[in-house]
Amino acid sequence: MALSNVVETPASGFNFENVSRNVALEGLLEGGHTKAPKPMKTGTTIAGVVCKDGVVLGADTRATSGEVVADKMCAKIHYISPNMYCCGAGTAADTEKTTDLLSSNLTIFSMNSGRNPRVVMAVNILQDMLFRYRGQIGASLILGGVDCTGNHLYTVGPYGSIDNVPYLAMGSGDLAALGILEDRFKPNMELEEAKELVRDAIHSGIMSDLGSGNNIDICVITKQGVDYIRPYQESEYKDKRQRRYKYRPGTTSILTEKIVPLELEVVQETVQRMDTA
Amino acid sequence: MNTRGLRSQLKDSVPVTGMGQQVGAYGVQDTLRSGFSSVKNELLPSHALELSEKNFQLNQDKMNFSNLRNIQGLHAPLKLQMEYRAARQIQRLPFLQSSHLALDTLKGNDESISFEDILNDPSQSEMVGEPHVMMEYKLGLM
Repeated sequence: MALSNVVETPASGFNFENVSRNVALEGLLEGGHTKAPKPMKTGTTIAGVVCKDGVVLGADTRATSGEVVADKMCAKIHYISPNMYCCGAGTAADTEKTTDLLSSNLTIFSMNSGRNPRVVMAVNILQDMLFRYRGQIGASLILGGVDCTGNHLYTVGPYGSIDNVPYLAMGSGDLAALGILEDRFKPNMELEEAKELVRDAIHSGIMSDLGSGNNIDICVITKQGVDYIRPYQESEYKDKRQRRYKYRPGTTSILTEKIVPLELEVVQETVQRMDTA
Repeated sequence: MNTRGLRSQLKDSVPVTGMGQQVGAYGVQDTLRSGFSSVKNELLPSHALELSEKNFQLNQDKMNFSNLRNIQGLHAPLKLQMEYRAARQIQRLPFLQSSHLALDTLKGNDESISFEDILNDPSQSEMVGEPHVMMEYKLGLM
């Protein structure tokens, strides 16, 4: 149905038409003692450590929406490229979409140029994207990867600030995790030692922060490849409920069965050649 | 990179009154087409990013062209802008979907994906404009 008040095609990208309406609605809702639904955040503990052979990233698996745990097995370590992975803290949707966009852009680049993308390139793309939106995209990311120049670990804040350090923690549980990392980090650690250190850092975040919990995921990136261990350690408080309730075939007994064959008659058949020259 | 765009937002990149107000004949608000006007809605952006996003591409281009002019001289940005203009002129009529293939290749948008490609794709837009009205607006007759 053609509308006569549309004089130009709408611009693509973000649409700000409903912002004033949302602000007005929020005002009405607060007055009526009800609250607007909160977006799902990954109040999180994520940590990363550079070791001798590569980079070890770790994350917990709890996603909260307000005061409720929305997802107990959330995957916070996102794939960027075969040699780079990224942990995301902040609003869950923002981290997912941002890392997806980054991964797509890097794939296009590597197809165009025939090279494996470098970690600095990913960091620069992220920084540009996040600064453009002035922090409205709530994504704090830890990017770790191994490329031709070595093992790198970067953090990108929601406003676009970056930092290149050998060990990092982000999220609501970062202070607890950083305490463990500061105490026991040594340069050029062995892989097993680094994995234990990251596990302990995430564990302290889980114990001391309400927004982190459940299982611990570890991702080990080396020159040889990636080892994504999910879960590295399961929570002791796991309950016995299953996530899917599927009944066995044959649970419901069949009382009667009636088969009606659908008879189709070929009325007309035409063959049209496709010109594939 | 996107670090120097702030100053250009304040100066001549967009007129302050141009927040989507539709002007009919005689320069007065077109009540029939766009409803009653409210001064608060028209003058101030409702979201922090509205103004900056509206002019983002313009500001980027300005910055890149001025950099190019400083590095390579006047002819380089002139030639590029001529090519941009030529690519922009071969679009279809306003109510039809044009692919912007030449323009995208010139700008380098064919090698990257951003929110403009995912959100609010014009080809999937729910609102379709009236062809005659859109042509009149484009030709400036309205």
